[in-house]
Amino acid sequence: MTSALFYDRLQFAFTATFHYLFPQLTMGLAALLLYLKSRAYWNRDAHYDEAAHFWTKIFALSFAFGVVTGIPLEFQFGMNWARFSTFAGGVIGQTLAMEGVFAFFLESTFLGVLLFGRKTFGPFVQWMTTLMLFFGSWLSGLFILATNAWMQHPVAYAADEAGAVHVTSLWGLLTNPWLVWQFAHTMTAAVVTGSFVMAAVGAYYLLSGIHLDQAKTFLRTGVVVAALASCLMLFPTGHHAALQVFEHQPIKGAAFEGHFYTESGADLVIFGQPNMDTLTIDNPLVAPKMLSFIIHKHFDAEIKGLTEFPREDWPDTMPLLYYTYHIMVGLGSLFIPLMLTAVVLLWRGRLFQARWMLWTIMLMAPFPYIATTAGWMTAELGRQPWLVYGLFRTADGNSRLVGSGNVLFTLLGFLGLYLLLGLLFLFVLFRTVARGPAVPVGLSANGKGAL
Amino acid sequence: MLSNEPLWFAIVAAVFAVYAVLDGFVFGAGILYLFIARTDAERQLVLKAIGPVWKGNEVWLVAGGGLLFLAFPKAFASGFSGFYLALNLVLWCVILRGVSIAVRSHLDNPLWRTFWDAIFALSSLLLALIFGVALGNLIRGVPLSADGQFFAALWTTFTPGPTPGILDWFTVLVGALSVTILAVHGAHFLIIKTESAVHDRASRIAHTGVWTVMLLAMVAISLAPSVQPTLWHRYDAHPVGFVLPLIAVVAGATTLACRRHGWDGAVFLSWSLFILGLFGSVAWGLFPNLLMATGNPAYSLTIHNSAASPDGLQLGLVWFPIGISLVMTYTLWVYLSFRGKVARSPVEEHY
Repeated sequence: MTSALFYDRLQFAFTATFHYLFPQLTMGLAALLLYLKSRAYWNRDAHYDEAAHFWTKIFALSFAFGVVTGIPLEFQFGMNWARFSTFAGGVIGQTLAMEGVFAFFLESTFLGVLLFGRKTFGPFVQWMTTLMLFFGSWLSGLFILATNAWMQHPVAYAADEAGAVHVTSLWGLLTNPWLVWQFAHTMTAAVVTGSFVMAAVGAYYLLSGIHLDQAKTFLRTGVVVAALASCLMLFPTGHHAALQVFEHQPIKGAAFEGHFYTESGADLVIFGQPNMDTLTIDNPLVAPKMLSFIIHKHFDAEIKGLTEFPREDWPDTMPLLYYTYHIMVGLGSLFIPLMLTAVVLLWRGRLFQARWMLWTIMLMAPFPYIATTAGWMTAELGRQPWLVYGLFRTADGNSRLVGSGNVLFTLLGFLGLYLLLGLLFLFVLFRTVARGPAVPVGLSANGKGAL
Repeated sequence: MLSNEPLWFAIVAAVFAVYAVLDGFVFGAGILYLFIARTDAERQLVLKAIGPVWKGNEVWLVAGGGLLFLAFPKAFASGFSGFYLALNLVLWCVILRGVSIAVRSHLDNPLWRTFWDAIFALSSLLLALIFGVALGNLIRGVPLSADGQFFAALWTTFTPGPTPGILDWFTVLVGALSVTILAVHGAHFLIIKTESAVHDRASRIAHTGVWTVMLLAMVAISLAPSVQPTLWHRYDAHPVGFVLPLIAVVAGATTLACRRHGWDGAVFLSWSLFILGLFGSVAWGLFPNLLMATGNPAYSLTIHNSAASPDGLQLGLVWFPIGISLVMTYTLWVYLSFRGKVARSPVEEHY
């Protein structure tokens, strides 16, 4: 396991996973910021403006880390995956370039305006800027997901004489049926992360007895949005994302469900460890016939098992894939009752006093990150052994001339650097949260430029 | 059908040239940062000057990479994997620079701030140097094999030859030229944006810096034909291209003239044009090559043998003009909105 290919895969997996910790918060917060800023603007409400300003600071911090960890991903297509880039550049070059031109510019430029323009611009321009920021960050998500959706489910392409592929219709690329549910599911997940973090900060302030005014706004907004988004994440977005896996990538579906043998009336595995020697699940806990029902709305429908397919087409990390899928689904299913309970408490006017619930909400903040990471691992590990599903194998994609020693060198560099970045982010984040949203009187009047 | 390949060469070159101008002055401000801004208040002033615009400036690099990927996937793949080590260094410096600007003002602790100030200055310096070295590599050529791939070691014998490394005397010379040009560029920007001590120091640096640039440029240009004669053949064959170096020379002279009159804005703009002129001159000399082979010229990657399919290039032309017009419009709006000197404010709030 010391080939260049292994390190290439590990480096991309690691850098992409680490990167996505940041955009999931910024994309979620972009939507929440737009809500806060809209209330501030339409109702001339200073309280909401202050809330928006506080979350802009968190947004900016997460954005800064997201940008610098995102640039390596675009570069690595060429650096580590030269053969894949030569093959697929005619398609994914389009979506990646569009991401830069239509989305990333918008996001970066208007964040600068929002941070430094509190003195320069009136409330309308500030509101418009927040809207642009929202468009920028969600468009960015759209183009990146269009790239991934094409790798999951290639459409709108044709092959050249040289064997490379090129796009035949931009519209086809952006309306890839795979993209519809993937975009809906991913963006909902980002909103879950954003709202959980917002609710957690509110809960922390309430438990500490500080910044109570803002705390209640954060908690109220966070909990309601989180409950809504958690439900949408399971149904319809998650459900349909799974259906299209079973329709177009039955091997991936069988692998993440831990379903080894084709059968009618397939059980849904809820718990258990895949045994790769016997091709069974150890100490299984199953819901009888539920897998057939969920996928085909019929208890006796046939579901193809892994053994139906040649072993070289199985995802090469099947047990890990199985676990990440179950972690994602498990956590996602846990979020719904949790946040619905919180909403009921809020509705009954008891949430702000329910310390056990505040503690739970505060400590739940990392879990959407875990669920989202597990979700991406499900999508990407499940795509193996293909780089472009059914079209181009991962083993054929890495740079031929970049040796394993060099990739290990840079992988170690990224590991070290990102460890420090992670600690730094948490340190600065906690300090920003600890400092709180309150702007000292007298300073807000002369509108300080933010740095 | 008329081929779109030359047009895409121009687009990609133009986007990277704009990146050199826009992120260039941020690098320049970073290179000079520790000398030009001595106190914490002065440093905040510099950061405030670049604050609203540097994030957008950096995106031109990402856009350039994406457009190169779109138009010339083979050259993107070959170049990025071949310069693997140098580009990793670029990535780490980009990370460190972005993070240093983002976190340095978060803590009111002199050690914390000094540390991130140093990181900001060092990563800016290294980026300006590496991008210059990269340009030097494009001029000199790389050891491409028959399949259009290569892998460049960081250095071999420090001399341009059939198997050169990323660093040799020529590429380092171009790197040094890049550092000085961008340092002067950054000084010109800070002259516009600041007053008092920072302004005066920037003026002094810009003054002597210009002559250093002229000296290094003269040396580099006179030595370049021995390293890469092909560039000159291109100018011989198509002398209309001489308009680009001419633009650079005129813009350089205009910079000096405007300096004498104290027209700070014009100084900055003409120096920007000087950078564009130099960049354009190199691009003209390289055309139609994207990566020149140090060995067999037939192995060179050109716009013809590394382009994406004509359909893809045609599709790209549908959306790119719309997208880039939008970008230029709001970028211009932002620069105009934040024009003028940055004010010193007593208390800074940080993000």
